[in-house]
Parts: sequence; structure tokens; C-alpha cells
Amino acid sequence: MSEQHDFPLEIVTPSGVIFTGRVHHVMVPGADGYFGVLANHAPLTAVLQTGKLTVDTAAGEKVFAISGGFIEVTPERVALLSETAEPENSIDIPRAEEALKRAQERLAAGEADLDVDRSRLALARALNRMRIASHE
Amino acid sequence: MANLKQIRKRITSVTSTQQITSAMKMVAAAKMRRAQENIVKARPYAFRLQEVMGDLARITDPQLHPLLARRDPHRTALVMVTGDRGLCGGFNSNIIRQVEIHLKVEQGETQLVPVGRIGHDWYRRRTVPILKQYTSFFNDLAFTHATSIGSMIIDLYTRLELDRVEIIYNEFKSAVRQDVVVETLLPIDIEQGTQSHNECIYEPDAVTLLNSILPLHINYQLWRILLESYAAEQGARMTAMEAATDNAAEMIAELTLHYNQARQAAITTEISDIVGGAEAISN
Repeated sequence: MSEQHDFPLEIVTPSGVIFTGRVHHVMVPGADGYFGVLANHAPLTAVLQTGKLTVDTAAGEKVFAISGGFIEVTPERVALLSETAEPENSIDIPRAEEALKRAQERLAAGEADLDVDRSRLALARALNRMRIASHE
Repeated sequence: MANLKQIRKRITSVTSTQQITSAMKMVAAAKMRRAQENIVKARPYAFRLQEVMGDLARITDPQLHPLLARRDPHRTALVMVTGDRGLCGGFNSNIIRQVEIHLKVEQGETQLVPVGRIGHDWYRRRTVPILKQYTSFFNDLAFTHATSIGSMIIDLYTRLELDRVEIIYNEFKSAVRQDVVVETLLPIDIEQGTQSHNECIYEPDAVTLLNSILPLHINYQLWRILLESYAAEQGARMTAMEAATDNAAEMIAELTLHYNQARQAAITTEISDIVGGAEAISN
């Protein structure tokens, strides 16, 4: 019996389908840490956090910065939904730096109506994008 | 008889107005096409989201989720989506009319969330309380605009400061048709999935998963509505500007006719003057 070693993956955001194709391995930022998905994985639906998404294709490795979302593994395919997914080489570093500064300032100022959770999340997103863009 | 010079001036002015309206029509058509493309691009996400949400809703208790919980609607937030600009026929006024109807029949306390500059301008000097407004962003509409509205209402709903969130917007039916629709954003009305993914692992667990997916659903709904409203606005503007261009053409034709009549009358008068003068001399 021949085992299949690759599987179809789809990365979907509200701005469109970012990636679709056959891959060997996906590494995603799960709620309790990074985990990988290989072919013939058991059906799974998992929450993701902001972090780095690594995809191994026949043509090489692709890295994306994603902002949370979830992954759905079914016997037929793997779908990854996130509100944003940016390929590492298209991250706008000045914009990420700006967002980082804004979030830091907001947290430092500590205004009364500050939404701490949201600012923290914004900070995490900006840091994540910068880290991935600079290949750390 | 109208002055020849005056008519000429009016023809020039109507012609330049016509150039503007016809340019606006073409710009609106291009923007509408782009907005339509974005709507299509957003569809796969919605499809997958619905699927997973339906599956999760089937295996969990809806009362466990703060965004699914139904309460008596004492405090309602009404999100009204208009455009940032006018010159688009009934696009904005239809929304305002619908909001007025809504405010009249509403029993509890209602706060408005105007999205788009026109709606905000209309209500900021009136007595209806405004919760928060989001204006002047349609030109560079991005998903983050939907998330900022989404997180605001989700936050207030989970803190029990709102019991219901409704939204009024123009639905994009076709390039020439927009329908005003009213939808309930919160609590979320979930359709339970029928197709079951047996023995699926949920990580961390189904309830946590659903809780983190529901906000994505709200943000997506808002995104779709913003895109639809923007496409509808451009469609309405395209239709309005096309009508304006046609009206201008009609006016130009009429004015040209008057102009030629006036010119002909002036020539006739001049000729009869000359003929009369010549006859007077020869006699």
C-alpha cells in the first residue's frame, strides 16, 4: 500500500485565499505551543495564536506571519483560517515598527479606558511580524 | 428673447458639469468592480468559518458562550452604515430613513454607531446618543476597520453593557440595485452543522475553540457588510451620475436649440431691417 506523503493545504483570510497547494508538513502556533501536521494526521480542529506559520512544499519552505485563527484537519485536506497571513518577504517593516510603538505607548500611558488585552494583542502581532521579517 | 451670450454661457457651464458627472460615473464603476472582487475573495473564508462553527455548535451548549446568549433587549446598539460622500442618489438617505423608523418603534434604550461620514454628520447634532463613530475610511477600506468595530461591540456585549446589536446597511444586489437590510449581529444566530466530522480532536476543547471563533465570525460579518455597502455606494453613485450625465445632454440639446432659434431670430431681424432700410432709400 502506498502512503501519501503530501496533502492539500489552503490558507484562507478574509482578504482572499493566500496559499493553496500540496505540502509535506505544516508547523503552526497552537494555543499551547507550536505543533506540526504531516500527511494522514487525525481529524483535528485547533485554536491558533499569533505567530509563525511554516509550510514545507516541494518547491521549498514558505514562512508566513499569522494573527491567530484556527486550523482544521480533515482526511481530505487541511484548512487554515486566520484574519491575516503575510508571507515573510512581503511584511511591511516600517508599518510593523509603527504599530509596535503605538501599542507600547498606549500600554505605557495606561489611560483609564485602555483596553489592555487588545493593546497586548496588537503588541504581540507587531512583534511577531517584525521577528518573522528579520528571520529571527 | 434670451440673450445670445447668456445662452452660450449656460451651454458651456452645463457641458463642464457633464464632464464631471461622466468622469465620476467612470470612477464609481472602477471602484465598484474592485469592491465586487473583494467580496468574491472573502467568500472562501466565510464558507470554512460557517462549516466549523456549525460543527462546534452542534456538540456544545449555546448558553455557555457569551456571544450566543440571548437577553431581553433593554440596551441596543444600532450600527448604521452610510458612505463618506454624497452624490449617490438615495444611498445615504434610505439608510437614515430606515434608522428613523427603527428609533420610533424601539422600546428600550438605543445608541447609534454611525459608520461613514454622512450618517455621522446627520446624527451628531441630534438627540440620539452616539456610542462611537467610524468615519472617512472607505477610501482605503481594510479588514482592520471591521475588526476595530467588531472588538468594540464584542467587548460591550460580553461586559453586559449591550443586550443586542443590530446593523442597517445597503446590500449590494447588482450594479443598479441596492436594498436596505436590517440584521442582528449579536447575539449570534448560529446554524447547527449537519455534517459530522466523527472523532475529531478539538484543541484545547470545543468550548474554547468556539469562543475564539465567534469573534472571527463577527469581524467577518462586519467586513462583508462594509464591502457590500461600499460596492452598493459605488453602484448607486454610478447610476446617479449616469442619470446626471443624461440630463446634462438633454439640457445641452435644449439650450442649443434655443441658441439657434435666438440666433436665427436675430439674423431675420437684421435682414428685415436692411431690406426695410433699402426700400426706404429706393422709394
